[in-house]
Amino acid sequence: MARKPEQVRPSQTIQEMYEAQPNAWIFTIAIIVAVMLLLAWSSTTLNNDNSTSIDGKAVALSIVHGLTHPNAQMLLDFSSAGVPYLLLETMCIAFLGTLVGAVLAIPFAFLGAVNIVPKPIALLFRTVVMAIRTIPTFVYGLMFIRVTGPGPFAGLLTMSVTSIGMISKMFIESIEDIDKGILESLDAMGCTTFQKIRYGIIPQISADFASILIYRFDMNLRDTTTLGLVGAGGIGAPLIFAMNGYKWDQAGAILCGLIVLILIIEWISNKLRNHLARGI
Amino acid sequence: MSLYDKFFPPRIITLDNGKRIEEKRSRAPLVIFILLALSAISVKVTGFRLSTIITRGNQFWVILGRMFPPDTAYIGEIWDPLFDTIKMSIIGSLIGALIAVPMAMIASSNIIKSRMVILISRLALSIARTLPTLVTALIATFIWGLGTTAGTVAISIFTFSYVGKLLYEQIETVGMGSFEAMEAMGCSRIRAFWCAIIPQVLPGYLSNSLYCFEGNVRYAAVLGYVGAGGIGIIINTNLGWRDYSRVGMILLVLFITVVVIEYLSFWLRSKLT
Repeated sequence: MARKPEQVRPSQTIQEMYEAQPNAWIFTIAIIVAVMLLLAWSSTTLNNDNSTSIDGKAVALSIVHGLTHPNAQMLLDFSSAGVPYLLLETMCIAFLGTLVGAVLAIPFAFLGAVNIVPKPIALLFRTVVMAIRTIPTFVYGLMFIRVTGPGPFAGLLTMSVTSIGMISKMFIESIEDIDKGILESLDAMGCTTFQKIRYGIIPQISADFASILIYRFDMNLRDTTTLGLVGAGGIGAPLIFAMNGYKWDQAGAILCGLIVLILIIEWISNKLRNHLARGI
Repeated sequence: MSLYDKFFPPRIITLDNGKRIEEKRSRAPLVIFILLALSAISVKVTGFRLSTIITRGNQFWVILGRMFPPDTAYIGEIWDPLFDTIKMSIIGSLIGALIAVPMAMIASSNIIKSRMVILISRLALSIARTLPTLVTALIATFIWGLGTTAGTVAISIFTFSYVGKLLYEQIETVGMGSFEAMEAMGCSRIRAFWCAIIPQVLPGYLSNSLYCFEGNVRYAAVLGYVGAGGIGIIINTNLGWRDYSRVGMILLVLFITVVVIEYLSFWLRSKLT
């Protein structure tokens, strides 16, 4: 407010600001050089030596043809080899996998939240969660096949363990957002620990948790295709067999079913999560 | 949900001052019923049995137990595939994130006015996102042959769909004042987009891309299973040989790499915002 009126003339202010802008060209150039170096280093992976005898273009065309002309018989087959049943199985694996994963993730989430336990313990449990996340899905698949034998059960357990990582990470964030004032006021009113959990903690986190689980279900549905590789059930195995056997019409039928299912589930999950985030 | 209220009419409470208010019945029983029904179906379809887990659960630890101690002598053969994995993630994320920008631009309803264009571009992004990365990688190996190129293509398609979606959602929430001002001054729409929208969304875009890169290192490890290059190939081979101590070593190295990259990217992202 202490400025003199002639200094606020627009043209002058813009000119002054333009001249006073921070001169960061060294920083910019450093970033560009760093990115270019990274790019040059990593571009060595793109070696297009067509050593394989397959003609890429022909394969691409037959994939597109298969996708646009799916095997209608397989799409409408309601036995256990048809697309509808496979999709149902995939959904069931993803659904129970998410639920079991949530149960497994809850202890990790509470033990990894810095407002519940001391910081070193929280860091320790976060590292454990990170290690759990690093092991690839198919390694877990092999481990669980030893327990249950090949089939959707093994897939379910694999999904639940691979879900732990993301679910507990997001649970931790929502637990750390808990408003402690509510708990203190419940304390002041003389509530028991059970009442504090029931009326102070659960209402604060339940909507967040539900939203996270719905999102993870959505992701698990996509990831179940990986399970097919090791014979742990779901739609992945028939899809990969069809592709390895160059039966593009069957692969097309499965992919069409999968894409439609995932789009529908994504739409429903967005609706539900909006509902959870904004009330009605 | 008004149908629910018809079957279970809201409770009416009369306050001290004579005012009557309605308390709607809790939806929890309905939600619990649906969840239980879905679980029952899923248990039936997947053959879930708790008794199997309890009686045979110890089998899970057998492979994990054989991974210890990890075969440290094997480390010399890990570096090449590991760097391949990282390179695949870097270049795949970079390409995917760059292609995502024009796609996100034509998918934002505040930049493009034609509903048709928006619909088509969003559908393309959605379909790219529904294709599981592994399937894209498998298709890519048929087209480009076994090797890292196929993996790079799969990663860039995934990054493209993921970053593209987040970017157009972000573009739709930016302040449009400067964009409109530039258009009024006679700039072309692309120039206005470049100068008015990009600076606003750049931090978020870079942060999302870095986050995606972080996840891609993990994904790239799986891609090797279908022959798309990277560390997955040697994991797969050693699993085939049942040489679990080597698998343990690979997983250990991968874990350290992922932790380092995650902290690096976390640090960079905290600088951005």
